[in-house]
Order: sequence, then structure tokens, then C-alpha cells
Amino acid sequence: MSQAGLSAVVRAIVRRDVLLAFRRQADVMTAVFFFVIVASLFPLGVSPEPAVLRMIAPGVLWVAALLSCLLSLGRVFTADYQDGVLEQMVLIPHPLAVLVSAKVFAHWVVSGLPIVVLSLLLGVQFGLEGEALGVLALSLLLGTPALSLIGSIGAALTLGVRGGGMLVALLVLPLFIPVLIFGSGAVSSTVSGIGAEANLSLLGAALVLALPLAPWAAAAAVRIAVE
Amino acid sequence: MSESRATWTKYSSPQAFYPLAGKLIPWFAGLAMICLAAGLYIGFLVAPTDFQQGDSYRIIFVHVPAAWMSMFLYVVMAGWAAVGLGLKARPSFMMAQAIAPTGALFTFLALFTGAFWGKPTWGAWWVWDARLTSELILLFQYAGVMLLHASIDDLRRADRASAVLALVGVVNVPIIYFSVRWWNTLHQGASVSMTAAPKMAATMLSAMGIMALGFWMYSAAVALMRVRCIILERERQASWAQIERGA
Repeated sequence: MSQAGLSAVVRAIVRRDVLLAFRRQADVMTAVFFFVIVASLFPLGVSPEPAVLRMIAPGVLWVAALLSCLLSLGRVFTADYQDGVLEQMVLIPHPLAVLVSAKVFAHWVVSGLPIVVLSLLLGVQFGLEGEALGVLALSLLLGTPALSLIGSIGAALTLGVRGGGMLVALLVLPLFIPVLIFGSGAVSSTVSGIGAEANLSLLGAALVLALPLAPWAAAAAVRIAVE
Repeated sequence: MSESRATWTKYSSPQAFYPLAGKLIPWFAGLAMICLAAGLYIGFLVAPTDFQQGDSYRIIFVHVPAAWMSMFLYVVMAGWAAVGLGLKARPSFMMAQAIAPTGALFTFLALFTGAFWGKPTWGAWWVWDARLTSELILLFQYAGVMLLHASIDDLRRADRASAVLALVGVVNVPIIYFSVRWWNTLHQGASVSMTAAPKMAATMLSAMGIMALGFWMYSAAVALMRVRCIILERERQASWAQIERGA
């Protein structure tokens, strides 16, 4: 019996998940439009004053990105859990944490990357310009993978649980907070002229910390769920 | 060596742990009452009035030990969760489940007394300072662990899933502790330090230590009481538990 190598398996999982997401475009577009709509509500709710908008922009855009990530977390494991694919994945003789990382990467490509790109457009609407706009996109580029990684733990823990959608928000949002603080802090400090290096470094550190640990915890949670 | 190991592992069965917990409770409860009475007496009657903050500072004799316990109990809960996951021992999960409400209570108490201290000292009930915010996040994490456990019907899965969540959340406890250095905010830095010369009067420090010890003993007593209820609830089919309940 020939056995597929780890890299081939990882590539197959990423390709399959991205392909499945694009076959159901409504799901992908819902999370992206959610991000745009939530961000658009704030000028209407708070004030259209450019000075105010520039001040609240980092926090608003980051919170919108965070909520949009939360909304799409159900996609990472739920369908595979329901049709038994996840169980088969646990049986594959490769480390489950690596396979989970592949699924998380696919989730980020589908729901994180569009937000990074769109943030440039929304940033302009909020009166950010030049360096601040670049730092916003960079902070989201570093931060959204960390959100997907941390979120996958909550998604795996609530598989098949009553009221899982609401529960995952409660479990995951407290863990998102450091990423939010560093991410929006990077943009705010650029706007106020302090420089974003410290916050971007901490954001990078959060990503580097989440990269090995989160898939490991999520894999443990997946095992608990399918047993 | 082998004999002591045998006596230790004996308590990994709920049936053996139940009477042991029962025997320990009066000791912990008694010590808690003595420590809390002594701590409150020293804190409110013996300790001198603070030269800057007046008498309002005395809330720290409840506030600081409660904040310590809120973090310490989270680590203890995660420790039991880790033991449970590692050794597959059921009483460990039950201990983790029993500690969570007490930890949440102390977190709430720390936030509540902090607000009462903040109003006369800072002029505000609540400020979005790093330590206050982290303590609030800790409360959310306790709630998350308890709610996840309550939402899963299969007890074995509930135990293990909430144990994983508790362990993930443990990353947050050092962030709370070091947040004072990471973010530059309103909250005063740590007043109690092991290395630097103490900034507080010795009586204040001892009152705080005795109160912390009292809270610790209280937590042990209450957690053991709760774990006995959990054991009886889960083992209700076993004949010994039915005798214990008087059924």
C-alpha cells in the first residue's frame, strides 16, 4: 500500500477546503460583506467627522475583522465533522496538528486574506492615508492568521455542541483580545506618530506563538470531539 | 516507596476520595475562619491609616488577596485539568469543575472591591486599565470554561473539552501579571515585591498575607464540598453513593 507523503496530504487538504469554499461562494461573501457592513455602521452611528473617524478607524476595522473571522469559524470543521471526514482525518497516519494547520490555512485564505485587501479600501473611507494605511494592512496580514489559528481551537471544542455558534464567541473572543490590542495599537501609534514597530513585533510574536501551539490544542479538541 | 504510591493512587477513585474530602473540609474551614478573623482584625483595627489614601486603602486587604486567588485558582484548575488529561483520572476533572465557580467568585470580588477602591482614589469606578481589563478577561474565561462544561451532555467529553480550554486560557494568566509592565497605564505598579525593599508597613503586609491564606483555606474547603456533591451526582448509580445519600 502506497502512502501519501505529508506535504502531499497538506496540499490536498488546502486545495480541497479552498475549492469547497469557492463552490459555496455565498458563505465566503457573507463573512466579507459582514466585515464591510459592520465597519460602515460606525460612521453612521458615531459621527462622520473626519477627525473622529481617523481616531476610531483602527479599533473599528480591527473589531470588524475579528467578528467576521468569528462568523466564519464554523466553516473550519463543522461540515467535515457532520459527514465523517474529520473522523477519517484523525485516522490518517500523519500528525493531526499539521492537518489541522492546513485546514486553518485554507480558512485564512478564504476569510482572512479578503479582509486584508478590503481593509485598504475601508481605511481610505475612514480617512487613513499613507503609512497608516500600510500599517493597517500589515497588522491585519500578521493578525488574521493568528485569529484563524486561535479560533480553530474554539471551533473544534464546540463541534456538535448545543448552541455552538454562540458558545464559540464566548470561548474565543477573550483569547482574541491580545491580538486586537496589538493590531489596533500598531495603527493608532502610526496615526499619532509614535511608530508601529513595538506593536507589530508583539503581533508577530503572538502569531509565532500561536503557529505551533494552537493547531496542537485544536487537534486535541478534534480528537475529543470525534471519539 | 511502592506502598506510598499505592496509598496515593487509591484516591484516584471517587469512592475513596469522597470520605477523604469529607475529613479535610472541617480543617480547611476552621483554618479559614481563624485566618479571616485575624486578617480582618489586623487589617481594619491594627494597621495604621495610610498617609496618602486615608482609610479607603483598607479595601486592599480583601482586594489584593482576592485578585491573587483569582489567578492562582485558575492555575490550580488548569493543573487539575492537565492531570486529568494526562492520567485520565476522573476526580481530577471533578476538582477542576469544582474550583471554577470559586475562582469566578474571587475574580468578581477583585473587580468589585477594585471599583470601590478606584472611586475615592482615582475618582472613577472603572478605568480601562490593563490589569482591570485582564481581570475582566479572566472572568470571561472562567465563564467560558463553566459554560462549555454545562453545554456538553456527555460528561467525559465535557470534562476533557473544558480541560483543554482551561489549559489554553492559562496563557492569559502571565499576560495579566506582566501587563503592568507591557502597557503603561493608570494602575499603580506592584506594591509588594520580593526583591526590592518593602514599600508597605509590616502590619499591612502581614494582614494581607493572613487574608490570602484565609481565602486559600476557604477555597479549599468550598471546592472540596462542591466536589463531594459532584461525586455523589455522578456516582448516583453506585451502591455506596446511594447509601451515602441515605436513599
